[in-house]
Amino acid sequence: MTDLIPVLSDEELREINAEIAHVPVPAAVAIDALKIVQAHRGWVSDESLQAIARHLEMSAEELEGVATFYNLIFRRPVGENVILLCNSISCWIKGCDKLQAKISAQLGIALGETTPDNRYTLLPVTCLGACDKAPVMMVGEELHENISEQGLGDVFGEDGG
Amino acid sequence: MSGALPVLDRPLTRNVRADRSPTDMAAYEANGGYRGLRAALAMSAADCLQVLKDSNLRGRGGAGFPTGMKWSFVPMGDACSPGHKYLICNADEMEPGTFKDRLLMECDPHQLVEGMICAAYTLQADVAYIFIRAEYHKATRLLQEAIDACKAKGYLGDNILGSGYNLEMHVHSSAGRYICGEETALISSLEGKRANPRAKPPFPQVSGLWGRPTIVNNVETLCNVHHIIERGADWFQSLGLTADAGTKLYGVSGRVKNPGCWELPMGTPVREIIEEYAGGMEEGYQLRGFLPGGGSTDFLTVEHLDLAMDYDTIGKAGSRMGTGTMIILDDKTCPVGFVKNLTEFFAQESCGFCTPCRDGLPWSAQVLDDIEHGRGLPEDMDTLQRQVAFIGAIGNTHCALAPGAMEPIQSALKYFREDFERHIDGGSCPYCDGGNS
Ligand SMILES: Cc1cc2nc3c(=O)[nH]c(=O)nc-3n(C[C@H](O)[C@H](O)[C@H](O)COP(=O)(O)O)c2cc1C
Ligand code: SF4
Ligand code: FES
Repeated sequence: MTDLIPVLSDEELREINAEIAHVPVPAAVAIDALKIVQAHRGWVSDESLQAIARHLEMSAEELEGVATFYNLIFRRPVGENVILLCNSISCWIKGCDKLQAKISAQLGIALGETTPDNRYTLLPVTCLGACDKAPVMMVGEELHENISEQGLGDVFGEDGG
Repeated sequence: MSGALPVLDRPLTRNVRADRSPTDMAAYEANGGYRGLRAALAMSAADCLQVLKDSNLRGRGGAGFPTGMKWSFVPMGDACSPGHKYLICNADEMEPGTFKDRLLMECDPHQLVEGMICAAYTLQADVAYIFIRAEYHKATRLLQEAIDACKAKGYLGDNILGSGYNLEMHVHSSAGRYICGEETALISSLEGKRANPRAKPPFPQVSGLWGRPTIVNNVETLCNVHHIIERGADWFQSLGLTADAGTKLYGVSGRVKNPGCWELPMGTPVREIIEEYAGGMEEGYQLRGFLPGGGSTDFLTVEHLDLAMDYDTIGKAGSRMGTGTMIILDDKTCPVGFVKNLTEFFAQESCGFCTPCRDGLPWSAQVLDDIEHGRGLPEDMDTLQRQVAFIGAIGNTHCALAPGAMEPIQSALKYFREDFERHIDGGSCPYCDGGNS
């Protein structure tokens, strides 16, 4: 059974162990470890989750309880770029619902979906702390401010990516 | 902005440049940086605490709890059992409408680090964490660079500047969820668990991270600490216009001409912030109301514009200053849709631990959705009122998320009741063409 569980890469293990070095028990780095693996693989598969749990000396069920609590741990595959569109109050006042409809039409995906070419996944996110620049969204690690419906073409390319 | 604004002492944003480029170690030190650290190390921890207490610094994370008093509950010296003591910076900043801590961390990361070293020294903590929300990639990187630069200079690590004091500092990047900002939930999350809040007592000051004494403070609170230690309690008191001391980062978002965030004297009048700094309303829009400090504060209206933005004044007016970042409700945005958006946020972000919040908030959101879409019934008004009374009562829920969620609803029912009734009587949203609803 254990042979079926793929080992974490050396790089992943090195990064996880560096976190473990300054906490009392390995399980304390559960969230860091999930993020490290996600940074390398894009998301956290069942196999990854089991391998992390074993390494942190905790049950897979317990780690799953942690993983599913946090909205930025992806337990399903996502596209190369995750679009986080703010739908909180200041962005709502400035028209984020219409913007979302426009993005969905342009990329052909609803919230939670990934484009067939795997380039984009569209997700809603809560207030991004840039409310003076509403409406805002993140594409990957980049923040886009004061986005207008016209400006979307520049972000995703006129053909919708 | 009007032309001749007075020149103000702005300790927190003095290194903030117009283009918002970050201040590095060299520029920070050239402008007096790490002088506060040297001043602190030349004093005893007890003397530092006394200055903090005398300064009347109140927590900038939302509740306004006096920082010196909060710190005085941490066991010191022989009264503290052997083991770690922790200082945690709450950089989760997820309260809807709040965008001040991002500015402080992205523009002047060293200021936060220096404030934290001085705070940790005052508490004699040996480990410090910056708990930062996942989406703040730039701030996370800049803070890590600032920490590394401090280690290289001997401002962090063992025997800091020859004082014999040791401190290690780590940045922990979170993985989402608003509830992580609640200080006991934050501690659970830092231990690698689901972010469920913990029962108090025991308070974190006595039993926090890993059961050890722990202080959690907001970014803006900690950014003040070394300034106060270096320049004194009287200086800090003199910055405020009213009884509350210091400066405050005030923000305005919504349909104003110049949304933004400014460091101003504590107690600056609301009108001045909205009209002078935020430039007043956008052409064609009128102000109907505002949430003074984030999504979990009660609406105030036009009649409150001349109030001073400080904890006590806004509290007496029936709201809270909260984070000091106002959200403006204009006359073309539907108040029901506005409150529905906030309630859906709180319902989604409930940690699920207690029933009134987990099941109550989605119910409130559903009632608001019905009203917004013209499916509301007259008795829905009573339902909302009952929910506010039950979910909003402190003690019925395990933490302050659910009572906070009721604040915009209860005040909207008070100030914008006729809007709710127009939805119910007319069977549709009267704002449908305008705004976003
Ligand atoms: C649901 C909830 C979310 C919170 N989010 C934050 C936050 O993002 N940042 C913050 O500093 N305080 C937040 N707080 C307040 C913290 O619990 C805590 O009071 C604060 O960090 C203390 O810092 P201060 O004394 O410096 O204000 C939140 C509270 C609640 C109930
Ligand atoms: S009030 Fe809500 S967020 Fe707070 S503990 Fe209860 S369920 Fe969790
Ligand atoms: S509401 Fe969208 S960034 Fe704050």
